[in-house]
Amino acid sequence: MAQVTNRLTPFFENITFDREDNEVVLNFGPQHPSAHGQLRLMLHLQQEQIVKAHPDVGYLHRGMEKMAENMIYNEFMPTTDRMDYIASSSNNYGFALAVEKLIGLEVPRRAKVIRMLLLEINRLMSHLFWLATTALDIGAMTVFLYAFREREYLMDIIEGYCGARLTHSAIRIGGVPLDIQDSFLHQLRIFLNKFPQDIKDYEDLLDTNRIWLMRMEEVGTISTEMALSWGCTGPMLRASGVAWDIRKEEPYELYDEVEFNVPFSDKGDNFARYRIYMEEMRESAKILYQCIDMYEKCVKDGQTELMAHSPKYISAPKLDIMTQNYSLMQHFVLVTQGMRPPVGEVYVATESPKGELGYFINSQGDAYPYRLKLRAPSFWHTGILTDLLPGHYIPDVVSIIGTTNIVFGEVDR
Amino acid sequence: MRAYKPKDNVQKKPYYTDRYYVAPQVPKYDVASDEVFSSDLDAIKAKFEVKESYIQVEQMVIYINPHDIYGVLEFMRDELQYTQLSELSAIDFLAKSGEFEIFYQMLSMTKRRRIRVKYFIKQGQAVDSVEKLFRSADWSEREMFDMFGIEANGHPFMKRILMPYDWQGYPLLKTYPLQGDEFAAWYEVDKIYGKEAREEIGPELRDTARVDRYDSQRFARLGHEVPKGTEITGNEPKNPQEYQEEGGVFMVKKFDKASSKVIDDPQR
Repeated sequence: MAQVTNRLTPFFENITFDREDNEVVLNFGPQHPSAHGQLRLMLHLQQEQIVKAHPDVGYLHRGMEKMAENMIYNEFMPTTDRMDYIASSSNNYGFALAVEKLIGLEVPRRAKVIRMLLLEINRLMSHLFWLATTALDIGAMTVFLYAFREREYLMDIIEGYCGARLTHSAIRIGGVPLDIQDSFLHQLRIFLNKFPQDIKDYEDLLDTNRIWLMRMEEVGTISTEMALSWGCTGPMLRASGVAWDIRKEEPYELYDEVEFNVPFSDKGDNFARYRIYMEEMRESAKILYQCIDMYEKCVKDGQTELMAHSPKYISAPKLDIMTQNYSLMQHFVLVTQGMRPPVGEVYVATESPKGELGYFINSQGDAYPYRLKLRAPSFWHTGILTDLLPGHYIPDVVSIIGTTNIVFGEVDR
Repeated sequence: MRAYKPKDNVQKKPYYTDRYYVAPQVPKYDVASDEVFSSDLDAIKAKFEVKESYIQVEQMVIYINPHDIYGVLEFMRDELQYTQLSELSAIDFLAKSGEFEIFYQMLSMTKRRRIRVKYFIKQGQAVDSVEKLFRSADWSEREMFDMFGIEANGHPFMKRILMPYDWQGYPLLKTYPLQGDEFAAWYEVDKIYGKEAREEIGPELRDTARVDRYDSQRFARLGHEVPKGTEITGNEPKNPQEYQEEGGVFMVKKFDKASSKVIDDPQR
């Protein structure tokens, strides 16, 4: 190939960097270590103070909604892993639940318990990851190492279950594909017995840490009205004075059978969010203890079914497929052509670690969804930076981005 | 004869269709079956025209007139306690009826209810922005514009959000192919080198699994590399790659499989 003259010139989308007034435009990201992914923030500064913030997203846009329109329902499941890749089982679960509601399936109890185990382990993984990265951004290296150590242990348990550490795809429409391995509960118990002490370790390092408090307290305060108006959900909303947890208010799975509290705060600042994450980890551990008991009761009662029985939509168990002709035919049709849910619409919201993860599916009776809208919480948690950052100083940007807990696989989808 | 492919919807279609198959419906229930929903609906009906309403999968769906949307959402927020706009987007029904369906997913935290407000607009018609009511609509409406080309009147910053600012075409339209159109295929080349360089550079290979066995520069022949321009015979000697320097590195021991210990207890 002959050498072509390179016409590549800086492309700054009509932003003038030479200005008459005293404002400086700072381009934060998209490759900034504390931008938690591909966030480009254009900050207008007066001295060190931000007067205008313009988050620019889309650097990780893969067009998942478009892909979904060209895939059968089961094919889309691994794609959902790539949304919030820190807690991928919760994405899998949201999609599975939406399709189940669409076709009206009831999932066997044992599968429900396994799903809850996975969901809560994912929540712990996500919160630990949040704590580690945010602490690292602020400069608390020790907490980063501690939290990643515990997260590693959880990832090992999950890896033992589904073979993957980040992109689990561990949940299927209609149940779960596998029972948990023999060592699962044993390992989980060891972890849970140790975990309260671990949380206390983090808190000892952070709660009264002068630097941590200076970076967190009264920084990034979100009022209740602002949080509601911006569509904030999850810890972001609960830190701003609304005790709204979908697990509690619109219970799905067996969340109405377990006991747990919904921590909330009326402060709305970074520190409130940090406290909520810590308390939620404790609550998750509480739920996991109860799930272990529920699972053991399922085993004792001899409930062995893991997938819903619905030949029209769900493949039969492997044993039936290999031994019975009709099951094999059904399985073949479902794999090659895909299930065809009824004509209709569904919007299902689940409480993912980041907030309200919603799946809107419009089905026209085809094997492909006619329209699938992914409602990812981080999208609006990024948008709120527009209104939240002005008035703050440059170092606050890092801690605010940290506590909003945005993941760009989810923002850009 | 070639198979007929409709141009107004180029998304994937099942290759097998059963023409006697009648798709069942997700059941729709009467709004009167739920007290909270029916009182909300009555309140809305008193002020605005509601064309259709039903309950589907635990949520109420109402169809209104496009010009009422700001009023309806304001009324729902201030009077009916639907304080959050969870989601807002469009569905492309252009192939069927030449219309877009716009939906607004509302949530009331005090009543624990969700309502989906909907209306249809024609192609090229703009919607009224509700950004003044819910700041979350700021980004949602931008995304809708980005994906469908539906503009929102009164929006402060109607620019693309996920796609590049200079993108052409609206990716979520049913007429937009999954692989992208011509503009998408040549986007980088056109932008950096100009259209005249298209032939010289050639189309981008988007198949990541493609391996060119004659490509010695891109490490396709890992362990069997040949110098550039050399004839490849296929009998090149293996060139094993050692990942440790000769003589070792300070503090790092060379891995010896024989002397390593394998922990066979998974419980540790």
